[in-house]
Amino acid sequence: MIAFLARRALALVLTLLAATVAIFLLLEVAPGDPALTMMGMNADPEAVEALRRELGLDAPLVTRYATWVLDMAQGDFGTSYTYKTPVSELVAERLAVSAPLTVYALALSTLIAIPAGVFAASRRGRAGDYAVMGLTQAGIATPNFWFAMLLVILFSTVLQLFSAGGFPGWEAGFWAGIKALTLPAVALALPQASILARVMRSALLDAMGEDWMRTARAKGLSRGQAIRRHALRNALIPVLTIIGMQFSFLMAGAIIIENVFFLPGLGRLVFQGVIQQDLIVVKSVVVLLVFAVVLVTLAVDVAYALVDPRLRERRP
Amino acid sequence: MSLLEIENLTVDIGGHPILRDVSLSIAPGEALGLVGESGSGKSMTALSVMRLLPEGARISGAIRLDGEDLTALSEPAMCRVRGARVGMVFQEPMTALNPLKTIGAQVAEVIRIHRADPDPEAAARRALTRAGLPPQQFPMDRYPHDLSGGQRQRVVIAMAVALRPRLLIADEPTTALDVTTQAVILDLLKTLAREDGAGLMMITHDLAVVADMADRIAIMKDGAVVEAGPTAPLFRAMSHPYTRSLFAASTHRPERDRRPLGEPVLEVREAVRDYALPRRRLFGPRPLFRAVDGVSLAIRSGENVGLVGESGCGKSTLSRAILGLEGLQGGEVSLVGRPFSPAAPAERRRDIQVVFQDPYGSFDPRWKVADLVAEPFHLLRPRPAKAERRARVEAMLEAVGLRAEDAERHPHQFSGGQRQRIAIARALITEPRLVVLDEAVSALDVSVRARILDLLAGLSDRLGVSYLFISHDLHVVRAITDRVLVMKAGKVVEEGETETVFAAPRHPYTSELLAATPDLEAALAAREAATA
Repeated sequence: MIAFLARRALALVLTLLAATVAIFLLLEVAPGDPALTMMGMNADPEAVEALRRELGLDAPLVTRYATWVLDMAQGDFGTSYTYKTPVSELVAERLAVSAPLTVYALALSTLIAIPAGVFAASRRGRAGDYAVMGLTQAGIATPNFWFAMLLVILFSTVLQLFSAGGFPGWEAGFWAGIKALTLPAVALALPQASILARVMRSALLDAMGEDWMRTARAKGLSRGQAIRRHALRNALIPVLTIIGMQFSFLMAGAIIIENVFFLPGLGRLVFQGVIQQDLIVVKSVVVLLVFAVVLVTLAVDVAYALVDPRLRERRP
Repeated sequence: MSLLEIENLTVDIGGHPILRDVSLSIAPGEALGLVGESGSGKSMTALSVMRLLPEGARISGAIRLDGEDLTALSEPAMCRVRGARVGMVFQEPMTALNPLKTIGAQVAEVIRIHRADPDPEAAARRALTRAGLPPQQFPMDRYPHDLSGGQRQRVVIAMAVALRPRLLIADEPTTALDVTTQAVILDLLKTLAREDGAGLMMITHDLAVVADMADRIAIMKDGAVVEAGPTAPLFRAMSHPYTRSLFAASTHRPERDRRPLGEPVLEVREAVRDYALPRRRLFGPRPLFRAVDGVSLAIRSGENVGLVGESGCGKSTLSRAILGLEGLQGGEVSLVGRPFSPAAPAERRRDIQVVFQDPYGSFDPRWKVADLVAEPFHLLRPRPAKAERRARVEAMLEAVGLRAEDAERHPHQFSGGQRQRIAIARALITEPRLVVLDEAVSALDVSVRARILDLLAGLSDRLGVSYLFISHDLHVVRAITDRVLVMKAGKVVEEGETETVFAAPRHPYTSELLAATPDLEAALAAREAATA
């Protein structure tokens, strides 16, 4: 297990390095001059040139890459061209919204999807199964921003239980924060839960058809007991894979929902960064997202190994 | 009084009759052999007793265990019967255990669900020890993937006998195992049933196994019992024609012309095949496992050579090297006098073709038979024209006992035996010099197997093609080969004329294999001696 973790950690570092190179080169060939962006289109060429020197933009490619990576490793992500504040502060502020929102949405999705999938699988071909399959089909097909607007109409306008958008900040108290994130989290969770429930159902059906399920029944377990004690854990591997992918997607993919609910999240930060050619912000957030994805992948791998003893011994 | 009494059991699934008026009985301590070919209803009879039939099955008649009609029990009551009063062992030990739970937990679970035992672990330990897996050598926290097929079957047996059930059902418990493992597992089942005074329902297609195991036999065909009675008299009299045909098929030896042998078609010299194992340490070197260790063999034109050995002995690895699918780490393979390796040009592969074990998995289900059989034509230079391809496919289908019209059908429309004929047609279409038959008849019923062996023998005589016949079934190898090689742990330990090797084995391992192989005549003689 230790060797397994060591190998994975090494792979993680290498992946991160490769990703920084790719991001750096991509943004290097992208159009736009940061100095020009900061000074405005009508700036004095000499002033722009001075700023370029100040920002270190005239240094060779390799030096600039090395400086960027080393600075990041020390927590210095540079200063935003447009906000004129350290990127690390900017990102930390947004992360305080995006990370809890992601976890919230994912928790909701998992809590809905797993019971729904188990329910459908154990009633295969019967009314309960058709109901779950129909609802999840609708959940996948529903655009989440439209669903978000319906939620706002119902819970904010009609019932007046939640505010229609905005985020009071965690200073306003934990529950106030959670309350502000509830509608967005529900809107985000709906399609994810629909996908996950279907994956859970089919993985469980596969497991239920295995020979060892017949052995379990021959021992005297009832059908339900055999599903709970034997099939469920065997069905978890594909479910974990999907949960990991959904986490990565939700971290930055919530941009539309952030816009609907006026949430200051990471998605909007990247979007503004791209529009305003604030490349340092874009670079930093993308690296951060890569880091999150790689970390989640590692967590999923560890979860696999915890679930399945065969994977603990398998070498990559 | 009978322990188990099945009376007029009739089962249909979705309107298809599966069992018709089956009546059987087993006395306490008695072993009943249920014999038949696939689809005869023998497994369905067992699953009816357990009430684990597929969904949609309708059942009528009575199944009485100790006088209590199981068909009248509610599902929760039936759960209390399964595992406690009736234990069951299945055919495929590799997949019969939950891969995520330790063997100790899986055995202890039987005890937990039926008894308020304060220490189910101790009971599990006792059951595993009885089944031949003492926890000193096989700790209870092992997972199934740490164990071999035979050891896994012992775990399944431990679960089945943990609560000393009144009835033990074994459904083809050794079909997937090697002969030496089969012998010990059969012995174990017999011993455990006798110790517990339990009835044993032994389901098998192998007449020699059943003659050894069962006191009485019921022979099934198409969902009905065609003949039943005490083992030895039943086999001696064989009053029912189906019994006679089963018997004939299982001892069948095809007629063969022995013609003078030609030049060598295959020569393997000092073949060595190493596999890299996983690293033991993070950056350590990968240790090697030598699967084939200095094997030499030669096959001459028109000669049939057998390669026998147990699973893991390297016979399949060797066959992959011979087929040029994997390279060697030492030695060489030469085909029709020229070196042959994975790098050899594709057209040379026309000289060597292969038939695999599984007649279900070896075809793309979306292809028509015509395309399946014609596929190897791409190895021919020049590639025959379309009309000629079609003519040759049809001729080949007829040669293997199918009809020319079958070319337009899909694989799922054929039975297992017919599919194996298609596989043989595909192998022979390029007029190869050598065909590797890798357990090619192992998955077939005895009567089908007999016909396929006849077909292979006839084709070999007619076309002068050589066979390398890889099998763990010594009967089959004896029936069809001229020469045999016995492989153990990557090495050939004995080699010679098939009859000589079988009649007077020189290597102790060969003797061991032969002794472990069930023998119908010997089993019957032993049974008669015991009753006389």
